[in-house]
Amino acid sequence: MKSSQSAKAQRIATNTSIYVILTVLAIIWLFPIMWVVFTAFRAEPGSFSPNFLPKSLTFQNFIDLWNNEVYPFKTWFANTFLVAVCTCVLSTTLTLTISYVLSRMRFKLRKPYMNMALVLGMFPGFMSMIAVYYVLKSVGMTQSLTALVLVYSAGAGINFYICKGFFDTVPRALDEAAKLDGATNAQIFTKVILPLSGPIIVYTSLMAFMAPWGDFIFARIIMGDNYQKYTVAIGMFQMVAKDNIYANFRQFNAGCIVIGIPIVILFILMQRLYVEGVTGGAVKS
Amino acid sequence: MPKEKKARKIKSNLPNLAFDKPESVSIWIMGFANLIHRQFVKGILFLAVQVAYIWFMVTRGIGALNGLYTLGTQKQGWVTPEGSKIPILAEGDNSMLLMIYGVAVIVLTIIFAGAYYVNLNSARQMLALRLSGKKAPGFISDLKSLLDQKFHVTLMTPSIIGILLFTVLPLIFMILIAFTNYDKDHQPPGNLFRWVGLDNFAAILGANQLLADTFFPVLGWTLIWAVIATGTNYILGMLLAILINKKGIRFKAMWRTVFVITIALPQFITLLVMRNMFNDYGPINEFLVSAGIITNATRILFLNNVLLARITVLVVNLWIGIPYTMLISSGILMSIPNDMYEAARIDGASPFKLFVKITMPYMVFVTTPYLITQFIGNINNFNVIFLLTGGGPNTSTYYQAGKTDLLVTWLYKLTANVRDYNLASTIGIVVFVISAVVSLITYRNTVAYKREEEFS
Repeated sequence: MKSSQSAKAQRIATNTSIYVILTVLAIIWLFPIMWVVFTAFRAEPGSFSPNFLPKSLTFQNFIDLWNNEVYPFKTWFANTFLVAVCTCVLSTTLTLTISYVLSRMRFKLRKPYMNMALVLGMFPGFMSMIAVYYVLKSVGMTQSLTALVLVYSAGAGINFYICKGFFDTVPRALDEAAKLDGATNAQIFTKVILPLSGPIIVYTSLMAFMAPWGDFIFARIIMGDNYQKYTVAIGMFQMVAKDNIYANFRQFNAGCIVIGIPIVILFILMQRLYVEGVTGGAVKS
Repeated sequence: MPKEKKARKIKSNLPNLAFDKPESVSIWIMGFANLIHRQFVKGILFLAVQVAYIWFMVTRGIGALNGLYTLGTQKQGWVTPEGSKIPILAEGDNSMLLMIYGVAVIVLTIIFAGAYYVNLNSARQMLALRLSGKKAPGFISDLKSLLDQKFHVTLMTPSIIGILLFTVLPLIFMILIAFTNYDKDHQPPGNLFRWVGLDNFAAILGANQLLADTFFPVLGWTLIWAVIATGTNYILGMLLAILINKKGIRFKAMWRTVFVITIALPQFITLLVMRNMFNDYGPINEFLVSAGIITNATRILFLNNVLLARITVLVVNLWIGIPYTMLISSGILMSIPNDMYEAARIDGASPFKLFVKITMPYMVFVTTPYLITQFIGNINNFNVIFLLTGGGPNTSTYYQAGKTDLLVTWLYKLTANVRDYNLASTIGIVVFVISAVVSLITYRNTVAYKREEEFS
C-alpha cells in the first residue's frame, strides 16, 4: 500500500514537471506569434516598443495597410489569391493524374519517370531561376501572373509521392470489379478512385494553395520592378527592408495576421492528413 | 510486376521490319505503314511530324546547333558599313539566346526520336496485323484507347510537357552554364561568353585562391549545419512528442496545436519577425538593457557575431523544425505496440532504457526516409539563413558570402547580386552531387523504398 502511494506521488511529480516543461515551451513557441498579434494592434508608433503588451489597442494598422498607396496591399492580396486559386486547380490536377498513373498502371516509362523525379528533386530548387526567367522572357511572359501560375504548377508532376502513397492503399479489388463491369481506365479514375480520395484531394490542393503565399524567390525574379503585380510575400518583404521598417512595421504585422489566420485555420484542420502524407501512410492511428 | 513483363513479351513478338515488306518504308518515310493500312489520320500526323522536323532543322536547327557550339562570334559593337563613313551599332550575337535555342533544338530532337520510335513500333504492329489477317483499327478506336489501355499517355503528357519546359530545360541550361565563363564580365548582349570546360570546378577547388577559400569553409559549415540541425530537431522533436503523448498528460490535442501553429504560418513571416527580435536594437536586446542585465555598449550581437550568429540560426531552426518532428513522431509513437513496453517493464527496465532500447530503434526504423529528406532539406535550407542573417556576418576573406551562408544561399547571392551565373551553376551541381550521394547510399536501402511494390 505504502509503495503504491509513493509511486503515485512520484507519478504526480513527473506529470507536474512535464506540465511545467510543456508550458514553458508553449510560451517560447507562442511568444513570437503573440508579439506579431500585439504589434498589429499597437497604437504607439515605431518599429519597437519596450513593453510587450501594447499601451493602447487600435484597428488603425489594418485600415492603413488596406488603404496604403505606396504599398498596395489590397492589390497584392488579390494577386496572390488569384495565383493561389489557379495554381491550386492546375497543380492538383497534375499531381492527382500522375499519382493515379504511377499507382495503378504499369508501363515501360514508369520506373524511369519515378527515378527522374527523384533526381530532379535533388537539384536546389531555385538553381534554375535565371533560366526559367529567360525561358519566360523568350516567349514574352515575364511580369505576368500567368507566368507565376505556370512556374508554380509546372513541376507538380514531380511531387507525387504522398498522393501516390494514398492511392496505393485503395484496394485493387475495387478496380478489378469495375473492370469486370466494363469500365475503362478513365472511368476507374474518375468514378472509383477519385470519390474515395477526398482527404488526399483536399490535402494536395491545400498545399498547392498555400505555396504562392510564401514564395518570394521566383515571384521576385519574375515580377522585377512591376510592383502592381507583386504577391504578398515579395511586397511585404519590401515593407520591412531596412529603410522602411520604422514606418511600416505595425502594418507589416497587421499584414502577417491577415495572411496567417486563414492559413493557420486550414492547416490545423488538415494536420492529420499532413502526418499521414509525410510518413507515407506508415502511420495509421 | 508480372504485367510489365507481359507487355514486354508482346512487343518482342512483333515481326521485324524486313526490307521486302512494304511496311519497312516507314523507316524512311514516317507513317507510310499507317497510310497503306488506311490509318490516314495517324499516318498523316507521323508524316507531318517528320516533314516539320526536317524543315525546322534545315532552316533553323542546324544553325542553332552551330550557335550552341560557338556561343556566338560577333561581339556587339560599332561597325562602319561599306560605302558609308558613319559607324553604326551592330547587334552582336547573344550567347545566352544561342544557348537556349541550341538546348531547345536538342530537346526537340529527343522528342522527335521518341515520335520516330513510336512510328516504327506502329509500323511493326501494322505488319503483325497484316500477317495475321486482321484489319488495322481506325482513328476513333485509337482515340478511345487513350482513355483506357493508353490512359497513362493521356494523363502523363501535360505533366511531362510542364516538367520539360519549366524544370528539365532550365536545368540542362544551367548545367551547361557551369561549363562556360558566363560571369559578371561576360554578360550578353554586350559581351559574349564561351565554353571553358571544367575551369569553374577547378577554380572553386583551388585554382582560384579566393574562391577556394570561400568554397571549402562554406561547404564545411553547410555540412555541420545540416548534421546539427537535423540531429537536434529530430531528437528534441521526438522528446517533445514523447512528453505530450505520455500517459496521464491531459489536453494532448491542445499542446499539439500550440506547436503546430508555427508550422502553418508562412516561414517568411515568422523568420522576419525573428530577425527583428534578435536584431542589435531589437526587443530582446532592448529588454536586457532596460532590465539592466547588459548595457548599451555590451548588446548581444545575436546576428552579427560569427559564433553567436551560427548558434542563433541553429536555435531558431529548432523553433521552426521541432513542431514538424513532433507532429510526425506523435503519430508513429502511438503505433508502437504497447506489449513491447509491458514485457520490458516486467523485466525491470528503467524508462530511460525503454527509450533507448525500444522507442528509439523503432522510430529510427520507421523514419529513416524522413530523416534523409530532412538532411537534404537542411542542406538546402534557404529560408532560415537568408531571412534571418542574410548569410552574414560578412567577411572579406570570402567571395560574396558571409559566415552563416550555406552553399544554396551563396548560390542565390552569386545569381542575384553579382550575376556570376557560372559559379552559381557550379555550386548547384556540387549541392546536387552531395544530395544524390547521401540519398543513394541511404534511401535505396530503406524499407519504404523496397516495399514500393507491396500493394500492387
